[in-house]
Amino acid sequence: MSGRVVDALNSALHGLLADDESVVLLGEDIADPYGGAFRATRGLSSAYPDRVISTPISENAIAGVAGGLALCGDRAIVEVMFGDFIALCFDPIINFISKSVGMFGRPVPMRVVFRCPVGGNRGYGPTHSQSPQKHFVGVPHLALYELSAFHDPRPIFDEMLNSGTPAIFFEDKVLYTEAAHLDGSWDGLFRSRSVGPDATWARVGLDEDAPPDWAIVAPGGMASRALAAMRRALLELELTCELLIPSKLYPVPLDPVLSRLAAAGRVMVVEDGVAGGGWGAEVSRLLYESLWGRLRHPVRLLQSPCAVIPAASHLERGHLIQESTIYSALAE
Amino acid sequence: MNGALASTPPGPVEAAPGALTDDDLARLLLIRHFERSLLDLFAAGEVSGTTHTCLGQEYIPVALQTLTTPAFVFSNHRGHGHYLAQFGDPAGLLAEILGREGAVCGGYGGSQHLYREGFCSTGVQGESVPAALGVALHLRRTGKPGLVVAYIGDGTWGQGVVYEALNMAQLWSAPLLLAVENNGIAQSTPTERAMAGSIAGRAAAFGVRYEGVESTCIPTIRRQLAGALAETRCGAGPLVIEFRTERLGPHSKGDDFRPAEYLAGLADWDWYTRYAARYPAQFAEIDARQRQLIESVVRDVLARPLAAGAVR
Repeated sequence: MSGRVVDALNSALHGLLADDESVVLLGEDIADPYGGAFRATRGLSSAYPDRVISTPISENAIAGVAGGLALCGDRAIVEVMFGDFIALCFDPIINFISKSVGMFGRPVPMRVVFRCPVGGNRGYGPTHSQSPQKHFVGVPHLALYELSAFHDPRPIFDEMLNSGTPAIFFEDKVLYTEAAHLDGSWDGLFRSRSVGPDATWARVGLDEDAPPDWAIVAPGGMASRALAAMRRALLELELTCELLIPSKLYPVPLDPVLSRLAAAGRVMVVEDGVAGGGWGAEVSRLLYESLWGRLRHPVRLLQSPCAVIPAASHLERGHLIQESTIYSALAE
Repeated sequence: MNGALASTPPGPVEAAPGALTDDDLARLLLIRHFERSLLDLFAAGEVSGTTHTCLGQEYIPVALQTLTTPAFVFSNHRGHGHYLAQFGDPAGLLAEILGREGAVCGGYGGSQHLYREGFCSTGVQGESVPAALGVALHLRRTGKPGLVVAYIGDGTWGQGVVYEALNMAQLWSAPLLLAVENNGIAQSTPTERAMAGSIAGRAAAFGVRYEGVESTCIPTIRRQLAGALAETRCGAGPLVIEFRTERLGPHSKGDDFRPAEYLAGLADWDWYTRYAARYPAQFAEIDARQRQLIESVVRDVLARPLAAGAVR
């Protein structure tokens, strides 16, 4: 498959609605002809007018409605226009949807997926650019996933909607217009291959099995910046690097890549989320727990500083993790 | 500062209560004796955490039950009456509250998080209203018959999500009933100090149909509401029903600061004393039967082992 990531996402959503009458999509401004703030839902309301519902600006209630649909056995997908606004969905997610799976004495499947466009580098400013993953790490019965250019979104949606565990799907906005790399190649220099059951991980690097100098763990939105840094590190510093991208962020599915991480010279974890706890810190903690005695160096954790994301593009660029940030850390 | 609590509760609107069927009276008294026993168990140290009884408000879910069936009911923190009116399962509910075997939710949910097919209670104010709307949306979309009932209180109208959901319910003509049990006080705060305007005015702002119920007489209530509920079931959109009621007991424990004369006046308002005086023979027989039933349920449940806690 080729084309842009947003097209792959849109195609996955079309397929989900076509294949399963129980799928309902809710969100603000998702109807045609607009098709959502990032055009991910183009064509869906025309094809499935009864099941693609453009709502008022009411994130809290939209999330609650999705919970009610799930109680009836429906599969609800909610588009949160900007991931920052998922703060308004916090109560229904934490106290109702995820709780319902485990607080009634027997598992109650709650098939809800929140799609959240996240991340910066688009100049949208402090409340439209955040990476709020950290606020949802470690919630009982809540799974976290992230969009990537190296993973076909359809099987990820199938997993999220069929497991019975509600999920949040984070989508880095910069990915939408990037090319999807579902055929394994990237830039002619690196290749990607699937690792783990259900192809949970994409492993992108030189086409060789020798352990790399660096193994980099990063979610989908960070991949292109990491790969650019890896390319430069190879050409300028002769450092071999390998990028490991999970489609599922939490619970962190580390097992399939542990041996590869143990073999690498050093391990880096990179995310856009601000420092202070966070997904990267959880990954690092698990790496220490699993690989203590086998790691040759401390895990290098790169997170954005714990500060507001500026709107001005030059300030925003300096604040968020960039190719140059990763390159500098590799070169240390 | 306006909005001080009235020194006496409103008097009953009927000179005398209308006759009830034995079934309705039995359901009312099942709830009454269940809640009284729960307070005794609390005093005896058998109930952990806290609990909210619906003493005085029992007639509301009993009146609505026959009018709304089949319904998916969303209940709240004060939900024992809603549950018992729908299922008549005092043992399962008591086991849940006491964390014993046979608990309807394995002891995980407790007093205010109950789930069975067609019933769900939530412990966070207002959270249930959009969920109820989701169920109503499912019913409408799939062409299934029935209503969704969300019980909320006067205090719940402080939550913004109620308005978000009410707006969407009206836009979508959802078969949703908001049953408002306005008992005049939210934990310790009189409604007048927490609500500007009125519930009727808030419903009107969304173009949502509204019924105000002053009566505590079940046949009267059913006559008043049957038409409006039938319209909601047939696609006329959501309905807000405000029951002006009273709770006889505290919100939970140790939080009742209402004046002594107000509390004393509640005995004259209570359907229980008024019905006993008007229909002594029918009342005495069914009251004794339900009292004994609950006593035996309490003995049975207290003798059960603690819930195993096997949920994942």
